[in-house]
Amino acid sequence: MLSFIRKRAIASLISLVGLIVMVFFLSRLTGDPAALFLPVEASAEMKEQFREIHGLNDPLMVQFGRYVGDILTGDLGQSLRKARPALDVVLEAFVWTLWLAVITMTLVTVAAIVVGSLAAFRSGGFFDRFSSMVSLIGASVPDFWLAIVAIVVFSIQLAWLPTSGTGSIHHWILPISVLFVRPFGIIVQVVRGSMISALSSAYVKTARAKGVKSGPIIFIHALRNAMLPVITVIGDQAASLLNGAVIIETIFGFPGVGKLMIDSILQRDFNVVLAAILVTAVAIFLMNLLIDLTYALLDPRIRH
Amino acid sequence: MADHLLEVRNLSVEFHTAAGVVHAVRDISYYLDRGETLAILGESGSGKSVSSSAIMNLIDMPPGRISSGQILLDGIDLMTMSPQARREVNGRRIAMIFQDPLSHLNPVYTVGWQIREALTTHGSSTAEAASEALRLLRRVGIPDPEPSMGKYPHEFSGGQRQRVMIAMALALRPDLLIADEPTTALDVTVQAEVLALLKELQRETGMAVLIITHDLGVVSEIADRVVVMEKGELVEAGTVREVYKNPRHPYTRKLIAAAPGKGEMHQPDAAGAPVLSVGDVRKSYGGFEALKGVSFDLMAGETMAIVGESGSGKSTLARVLLRLDEPDAGSALWKGRDLFQLSPADLYKLRRDLQMVFQDPTQSLNPRMTVFQLVSEAWVIHPGIVPKAKWRERVAELLIQVGLQPDHMPRYPHQFSGGQRQRIAIARALALEPQLIICDEAVSALDVSVQAQVIALLDKLRREMGIAFIFIAHDLPVVRDFADHVMVMQKGKVVEQGTVREIFGSPRQEYTRALLAAGLDPDPDVQAANRAARLARAS
Repeated sequence: MLSFIRKRAIASLISLVGLIVMVFFLSRLTGDPAALFLPVEASAEMKEQFREIHGLNDPLMVQFGRYVGDILTGDLGQSLRKARPALDVVLEAFVWTLWLAVITMTLVTVAAIVVGSLAAFRSGGFFDRFSSMVSLIGASVPDFWLAIVAIVVFSIQLAWLPTSGTGSIHHWILPISVLFVRPFGIIVQVVRGSMISALSSAYVKTARAKGVKSGPIIFIHALRNAMLPVITVIGDQAASLLNGAVIIETIFGFPGVGKLMIDSILQRDFNVVLAAILVTAVAIFLMNLLIDLTYALLDPRIRH
Repeated sequence: MADHLLEVRNLSVEFHTAAGVVHAVRDISYYLDRGETLAILGESGSGKSVSSSAIMNLIDMPPGRISSGQILLDGIDLMTMSPQARREVNGRRIAMIFQDPLSHLNPVYTVGWQIREALTTHGSSTAEAASEALRLLRRVGIPDPEPSMGKYPHEFSGGQRQRVMIAMALALRPDLLIADEPTTALDVTVQAEVLALLKELQRETGMAVLIITHDLGVVSEIADRVVVMEKGELVEAGTVREVYKNPRHPYTRKLIAAAPGKGEMHQPDAAGAPVLSVGDVRKSYGGFEALKGVSFDLMAGETMAIVGESGSGKSTLARVLLRLDEPDAGSALWKGRDLFQLSPADLYKLRRDLQMVFQDPTQSLNPRMTVFQLVSEAWVIHPGIVPKAKWRERVAELLIQVGLQPDHMPRYPHQFSGGQRQRIAIARALALEPQLIICDEAVSALDVSVQAQVIALLDKLRREMGIAFIFIAHDLPVVRDFADHVMVMQKGKVVEQGTVREIFGSPRQEYTRALLAAGLDPDPDVQAANRAARLARAS
């Protein structure tokens, strides 16, 4: 088990290092960083000064060494707009996104597993058809549309919930509800399909021959086997939330990393953009590691 | 009428499928008493497993429907019970073991957990269940029972997994054990051990055993009485001896006649030059040595059978000879040229000489190709054998040769039975006019009566066309009927080789003798004598 964790961790680490290298060279390969970082109307002197300050006249490898050194010491430069370390700005926003993602995905996972499993248990029945229809709609509805409709109905017409911003628990309800819909629709479908094949498997037949009740057959015998493909999809969906649900965060004025990235790009605050890329990348790598571990916990054949 | 432990009365089960209503079993009746073993004998599609599924309430309804009949356990009809009461019967009064223990054990829970669950489901406390599960594992002969409790199904061998299934089934000392083809997937020596274990446990607990099988040998080894099923109907019933010695129904007679291992053995010519000469072939996968230096000669037009249990390396040898896997060392001289040294281009040309027929024709025939396409495809790959204008004519000839009809050409594989599909695979191999066909367990998936026909076909091809065969099999009686020479393999090594008469008549090696002794004879008297001899040797 330990060697499995070590192997997966090393594999993830290699990808992470690759990403760090790529971020550096992309910002250099796409042309003069001074042109990239400064506004179009910046003068030649301003660009030269910018190069001087940021050591852009040094050989590429020297710059790269400095960049790696900075990353290792946690120094990702200053935010030009906020005059604070870029990393602090990003981490602050990331915590909001992380909470949003964790709460949403927890709700989605629990709901999708229960609904999908029950639909599979009586496949073709009323509940199955009903949940298939709901999940299909959920998986297909564009989230920006849903967000706007939700604001119109619940905030403006009914005035139950605030339209945007943060502050109270009420501010979380609309973003979470809107973000819930699509992953729920997708994961219900995967759980249902996976459970149908698990429930028709030979080991479920054995459990029935042992006299095991329906509840344990669904949620103990079949579900754990059916979860393996589901975990992958949960990971995909969680990753897209961790990247910052750009549109939803913008619509609801939610101070997460997605909104921060958009704002920083518009404001040409590139240190913040780069820091945001690195932070979300690290988060996604950690999450993939978590998914691999979950795999191994669920299926002993992967551990060995 | 509560005399019998189990009585199935006039049971009919039908399945409503897209193709219409299938009457899986029609008006069958049988009974079973305590301490007794009843075998249900039948081939695929006979409905032999359906009645046991009905007893265990394992038939999915829909599409299944029990259209009539009663299933009485101690005189009480299971089908009128409440679902709860019915569930309590499963595991406590009636337990079941299945053919393929790997897929029937849950892969993600330890075997200890799965055995404990059988006990806790029916009300045992956790502590009781733990100690009882350990006792059971020890009883069924799992080595190191304590650490084994924490292991997962994939960490055991096939035979051990079936022992785990048995421990689980017997956890609550059921009155009736249903065993559905319990040893079909196992090696012969393991099969003998598992059947012996079942008998021992039956003597200990006095339970009744209902065994479902296609194998007359298993029936003669373990059963007291037998019922024979054909196409959903029960055609014959009686004691095993009665039915074997005086079969009344033509189908039973056909089954008994088809049992392999009774014909005249081949007597190959002593002289002749080898067409294939294999020397010291080695192959490792990672650190595992699958072949540890295998050598043999094959004469033109002769059949070399390679027998051995799982893990003996016999299938690896076939793959290496055809260079589907690359050997690590050794040589294989085919008419003087080393197959292992050929360039890819030369190998490509030589492929037409060497063909292979696989175990499962359902998987080895592309389901989206017609029979005509399947057979003629070889001529697309190797042009110049048959001119395109003659393809239809030649496919028709080949189909007739393997016992099919020319009008089968436009059909797809799923429209045929298992035996017919294997004939298509043989016709496909013949299309290239090969000189050697390697058959990897080519008849093991087929019903006994079909098996005999396919073997007869292969033997005819050998005689008439001079094709040499390498016949890989675990089933010794089939080998006995078909082979000229036999090579016995164990753990990547050749244990013994000789003519079929030498190997079956006077085996020199202990392992060969053990293999032969483990085989089950369909004649209950012969089998009883074999068993007595084996016990005498063991003690």
